[in-house]
Order: sequence, then structure tokens, then C-alpha cells
Amino acid sequence: MGLTGNAVGGRLIFEVFRQERKGQAFMHGGSFHAPNREFADAYAREFYARRGESVALWVVPREAIVEIDEFPDEFDLKYRRVDGYSIKARLKEARELAAENATRSRDAFSAKEA
Amino acid sequence: METRTHDFLEFVQAGGQVETGDWMPDEYRARLIKFIEMHGNSELMGVLPERDWILRAPTLQRKLALTAKIQDEVGHCQLIYRVVEDLGKPREACLDDLISGKSKFHNVFHYPTRSWGDVGVIAWLVDAAAIISQKALLKCSYAPYARVMKKVCWEESFHILHGRDTVLAMVTGTPEQFELVQEALLRWWEPLMHFHGTPIPAEEDPMFVWRIKSQANEDARQQFLDGYVPQILELGLELPDPKLRKNEDGIWEYTEPDWDKLMAVVTGHGPASQERLAFRRLSRAEVDWVSRAMLSEAA
Repeated sequence: MGLTGNAVGGRLIFEVFRQERKGQAFMHGGSFHAPNREFADAYAREFYARRGESVALWVVPREAIVEIDEFPDEFDLKYRRVDGYSIKARLKEARELAAENATRSRDAFSAKEA
Repeated sequence: METRTHDFLEFVQAGGQVETGDWMPDEYRARLIKFIEMHGNSELMGVLPERDWILRAPTLQRKLALTAKIQDEVGHCQLIYRVVEDLGKPREACLDDLISGKSKFHNVFHYPTRSWGDVGVIAWLVDAAAIISQKALLKCSYAPYARVMKKVCWEESFHILHGRDTVLAMVTGTPEQFELVQEALLRWWEPLMHFHGTPIPAEEDPMFVWRIKSQANEDARQQFLDGYVPQILELGLELPDPKLRKNEDGIWEYTEPDWDKLMAVVTGHGPASQERLAFRRLSRAEVDWVSRAMLSEAA
């Protein structure tokens, strides 16, 4: 677990996520101590937005964050990903087959005309 | 060396980055704490020489700019101590060790300030030297510290401009104003040459070996000289080192600084070391009731 220590000497740790421009993803900015949410709000404004460097902030008590950092793939789930498909050989085969069929039907058509 | 430690070393040397919860060798953690804590201490102690000038700033605009810079530096201290805290050393313990003299802070904050010229020289050149070190930390093997450094570097760039603007105003002012900058620059040159530390080769510097720092001390100093000596000289200011020059290979030559003096300064024997620590002790005692009141209010 990456996030250890939720409170220090009665203070809570808050994590801040900031959005630089409307429409962009929120990125982790850092953390600070605050005795409660009210102070956390004031501190977040001072620390992360006093020069207009953020258009929005998410201020989250560290204890509310759950970190998951292990993703075993025991059942080989690569069919869910683009790298799970190798279409090169099949595509080649399909193109050859299509070309062959086209030639065959043209030949059949010319034979009929004659 | 233990295999796990060896693998870790290879990982960081190949550019790998470590997060708080990842396994790390004890030595690496101890070095991180010591280095980052000293950085935090320096941000906090660094506001004391500037604080003295808030009430003496020559204009309202300068007063506001200086106050904003001080707010930034205290904010950096806060951010950096949080990184130390997540590595296992609480902020209160950092403050205890700072005021008892057990831990160190940067050499440049052990010197007194004598005039408004000092404020310009500090904000321009001390911060320029600092930003060179801090930019090199953007690639630190300890990722949470590297991330914090992004915000720090961004804010430091305002300080350099504020400092340079202050210096420009004075060098284009009266002869007395020019002289204040020149006099401050002569006093600050030695601490500035000490700033990036002894020219220890990168491979012998444990901080580089663990990729906590990504450049050798001498490389940082060369970068500083290359960037700022021309900017200083073009203003008609003089530097106190007759040997200072750029040789044909593009390397700056200079008089070897007194490294024993640097060691003495950072171990608390600088001209303002004890006064600054005494002030920090006093202000910690004075504001103690504020944090206690806030905590009981919140409880």
C-alpha cells in the first residue's frame, strides 16, 4: 500500500488533485496537513491555486483513497486488448482468397460470353 | 551487497523511479530523508533573511512581491516536509532537529543581509543557483520528491525575475543604489561559489549513485557560471575573483573556494547561523498556541 500514515498529531492528511484547464484530467498535485475540512479548503486554495494555476481542485482525505497496484493476468485476458489480436496473417490469407475468387468468376464469365 | 539491493541500484541507475510504498534499501531511505529534510529546512530558514526586509521594502509593490516569495518558500517547506514524513520522519521531529542544530540547512542561509541590494542578489542569484539544483531533482529516483519539485521550480522562476527586476532597478538608479548591489554581490560571491558543494566526481557521490541527484556538483556550478556570469557582467558589475574566466573548452575557471569554510558554515558556524536558529526557536515557541488552538478547535 503506497499511502501510509493518515493522521499526524491530530492533523489529517489531504491529497490534492488539480485541473489546469477546463476539460483536462485532474492530476495529483501533492498533499498537506489540515486539522479539518474547513482548513483543508483554505489551504488547498493557497497552495494550489493562488496564481490561477488551477481551474478546479479535488481535495480528498488520504484515508478515503484506495490504492490498487497489482493486476495479475492469470487467465491470459489479452483478448481484451489490441495487442491480443494478430490479424496480419489472416488478413493476407483473406486478401489472397478474395483475389483468387475474383479471378475465378471473371474466367467463368468470359467462358460464358464466348 | 544483497541481491535485492543490487537489483534496486540497477533499477534506479537505469532511470527507474520509486514510490513511497515500494521496497527500498535502508541506506537509500536514510539518505533520502537526510537530503530532503535539509532541503525543507533550507526553505524554512531561507525566509528569515528576507523576512527582515518586508518592513523595509522601498515600495508597496516590492513589499507585496517579497511577501509572496516568502509565502512560496514556506509552502515549499511544507510540501517537502510532507515527502520526508511519508518516508518515516514526522514534521515535528524535523523541526526539533532543525532548532537543536542536529540537522543542517543550506550554506547561503547562514549569512546576514545588510541592504536592499542583498534582497535583489539573493532573489536573483541564490534562487538561480537553487533552481539549477532543483531542476536536476526533477529526475530524482524517488518519484514523490520529483513531482513536488515541479511546483517548486515553477514558483522559483518568479523569484528569479523578481530578483533580477530589483537588481535592474538599482543598477539603473543612483550611484548609491548601484553601489549597494555591487557591495552585496562581492559579499555573496563566496557563498554562491560554495552553493553546489565540493567538486566530488559523480561516481563517488552517493547521492548520484542512488540517482537522488542527477548531476555532479561541478556540472551544476558550471551551469550557474555559464548562465549568470555574463548576465552579471553586462550590467557593469564586478566579481571578486580575478581568476574567473571561460577557457577555450568552454569550462569556467575560478579560484578554488575554501571548502573548510563551507563545512564550518553549514555546521552552524556561519556569521548568522546561531542568530537564525535562535529566531526559529523563538518563533516556534511563540506560535505554538496557534497550532494547539487550531487542533482543539478542529477536534
